[in-house]
Amino acid sequence: MSRSETGLLSIQDLSLSIHGLPILKNVSMDVAPGRILGVIGESGSGKSITAFSVLQLLPGGASCTGSITLSGKDILSLSEAELCGLRGRDVGMVFQEPMTALNPLKTIGDQVAETILIHERVSKAEAMVRAADALRRAELPQERFPLSRYPHELSGGQRQRVVIAMAIALRPKLLIADEPTTALDVTTQAQILDLLKRLVAEGGMGLVLISHDLAVVADLADDLVIMRQGEVVESGPAKALFGNLQHPYSRALLEASAHVPERRQEVLDLPLLQVREVVRDYTGHTHGWWGKTTQFRAVDGVSFEIRKGESLGLVGESGCGKSTLTRAILGLEEVQGGEILFDGLPVFTHHHANQIVRRRMQVVFQDPYGSFNPRWKVDRLITEPFHLLANPPKGAERDRAIAEALESVGLSAADAQKYIHEFSGGQRQRIAIARALIIKPDLIILDEAVSALDVSVRAQVLDLLADLAGRFGLTYLFISHDLSVVRSITDRVLVMKSGKIVEEGPTNTVFDRPSHPYTQQLVAAAPVLPAGIA
Amino acid sequence: MLQYFLKRLLSLGLSLVAASVVIFLALEVVPGDPASYMLGLNAQEDTLAALRQELGLGGSLFERYATWAGGLLVGDFGTSYTYRTPVAGMIADRLWVSLPLALYALVLSTLIAFPAGIWAASRRGSHADGAVMGVTQLGIAIPNFWFAMLMVLVFAINLRWFSAGGFPGWDAGFFVALKALTLPAIALALPQASILTRVMRSSLLDTLGEDFIRTARAKGLSKGQALWRHAVRNALIPVLTILGLQFSFLLAGAIIIENVFFLPGLGRLVFQSISARDLIVVESVVMLLVFAVIVVNFTVDMAYAWVDPRLRRRR
Repeated sequence: MSRSETGLLSIQDLSLSIHGLPILKNVSMDVAPGRILGVIGESGSGKSITAFSVLQLLPGGASCTGSITLSGKDILSLSEAELCGLRGRDVGMVFQEPMTALNPLKTIGDQVAETILIHERVSKAEAMVRAADALRRAELPQERFPLSRYPHELSGGQRQRVVIAMAIALRPKLLIADEPTTALDVTTQAQILDLLKRLVAEGGMGLVLISHDLAVVADLADDLVIMRQGEVVESGPAKALFGNLQHPYSRALLEASAHVPERRQEVLDLPLLQVREVVRDYTGHTHGWWGKTTQFRAVDGVSFEIRKGESLGLVGESGCGKSTLTRAILGLEEVQGGEILFDGLPVFTHHHANQIVRRRMQVVFQDPYGSFNPRWKVDRLITEPFHLLANPPKGAERDRAIAEALESVGLSAADAQKYIHEFSGGQRQRIAIARALIIKPDLIILDEAVSALDVSVRAQVLDLLADLAGRFGLTYLFISHDLSVVRSITDRVLVMKSGKIVEEGPTNTVFDRPSHPYTQQLVAAAPVLPAGIA
Repeated sequence: MLQYFLKRLLSLGLSLVAASVVIFLALEVVPGDPASYMLGLNAQEDTLAALRQELGLGGSLFERYATWAGGLLVGDFGTSYTYRTPVAGMIADRLWVSLPLALYALVLSTLIAFPAGIWAASRRGSHADGAVMGVTQLGIAIPNFWFAMLMVLVFAINLRWFSAGGFPGWDAGFFVALKALTLPAIALALPQASILTRVMRSSLLDTLGEDFIRTARAKGLSKGQALWRHAVRNALIPVLTILGLQFSFLLAGAIIIENVFFLPGLGRLVFQSISARDLIVVESVVMLLVFAVIVVNFTVDMAYAWVDPRLRRRR
């Protein structure tokens, strides 16, 4: 990367350790005014801690060597008081989790105005006027979003705009955005990325955009830095770099992002799961004291079929009814209309899940951390579905089933005696798959099953799923908000919006030639890797 | 907000009715007839019947409940079996000791706990934090009657700053009366302040780990500013809950401390009435305490809404 004289932020040979444990090793990067630097890396690569070291908002026990220069000022030599003067005024920061990044007890106007009041001697009234202006620049006009709103009255995307307004209220020279869109839906993500891009173009501000998602950064960044385990493995202008990646890790990362698992699976022309005109209503809040309760229709007349051996995708944004539909299919909740048949049998009989059908379906969830009891060993964790069986295997037979399940997901039989904290995120998701496999189900519902994984791990898990489908003749219902993943592993896809299926068809056809306006919008919003390299 | 208020108010009313029924029934099934207790073993059957009638012990269960509950509404608590004086007056006298004592202790406990909790949380892991944790551990562990006796020994008997017990009444002057309540209030406040300090500290530490504190720091707020402007109010919810529980406890649970300091409070009144089978007094005092607890809970609910806009939401 060229070191320009007019550089805004320059990090040179930054090393950082926390209580003596090295976290960053000789990290260097530069940002010029009006340019966007993309920082890419998987979890644990040190990309976020690099960002926090620019603001010196580091955990206790952290010590830095090297240099961080912002507009000629040496950050590492500034006092805490000087740093407070710099944070928010010269450097703004946007975080990953918009849902928790705002104080729930203060209005959005107060929170944006606080940035101004803390740095400048102005009246509260003037600060509020300027806060309204900052919110307008973040596309939350006062007419529709009064300053008196509280964070809980806004959606995730709107809250992220408030965080952005706070960060840009004083027109800082540098904006650092740490995974600003990871927690958001695709269409919201596209809007927020557009907003960031426009703010940079308007104000000559420099932007550091940190992300695990190559496609997000590739769309936007002028320059790129790829990090791994606290080190920069490769950096340079984005276009040139993408066309000519040198480091094996960078290339592996790129390949993993665009990975398409090889699938050899025979689809039979026999329906396994039939969903017919399913309706699921929730009772909402009452209006007034003795008013009527409102009905909220989460799933509205949904019909589809999955054939034996097929992999069906279900895409849609948060709140579209995906999860409700999943619970109905698993027989966890009673539906208000229509029927769900599994191999010709209803999944729900006499107000209970039909056990005969239930044992032939399993589900794998998103969060490999939250779905395991940390005090149980792996053997007990993965044999949980045995309670669905009339005669669960015991003794040697049980051990054999455990060993078989673990080995089929690429782990060893000895892992059965370990606790869940001894495994990495990808291994935990393998254990979750083993838990689903152990009773040899016909259908596995994968509910955002790879969404929390790093790209390289995600590629491995997708390969594993493709392999297992071929070996055990499994049928998948693959639920995700991530279009590229759905595209890589499904035969057919359903697009869901506001409780309805708006489009259905072979995956490639739907994504290449979407016919419904909503699908078109989704496909257009999804970030893609630059053509020719994927 | 109005709807939230009205809903809470309705639940307050229903709780009171439910409590009165439970208290009434509980004392109905207690063995021992107050009339025969008062007249002794050799009483004539017709004398007993006459006394029962006079005490309002005749009539059906429902009639007796209606008379009692109806009386409560207009401030008529009935007549004490033993003292033959209106219960309302007896309770009012005692309440003028117990209520100020509870408030005094609560104010002391809050004045100690808030600064100590905030101070400890903002210096987590330091010697100051360790000292606060140690002292509060001790404050919870020491029985308050023992601490009360210790204070009597030091401040009343040796130093002669305070009297060892008794209550001169509010007619003796505000500060004289307040002085008499000081040692008991400190004894009551010590364990409460220790608990509240720890709740304040841990609640604040949780809040300081929240994402919005990091956002505030990124805006340019110093650690102290982020603490005061963003963390303290968010940390208040659990603290308010404990505070509400403590007030109810202080009002009713001061009986041991009242005995140590010879204070004519509600706790002592209940104790004496139970030993004398003066059920009407017990009933009335218990009802009053329940009323206090319910009103305190209502106040705490209102305080939640004042702190947290999410509860004010109209739905």
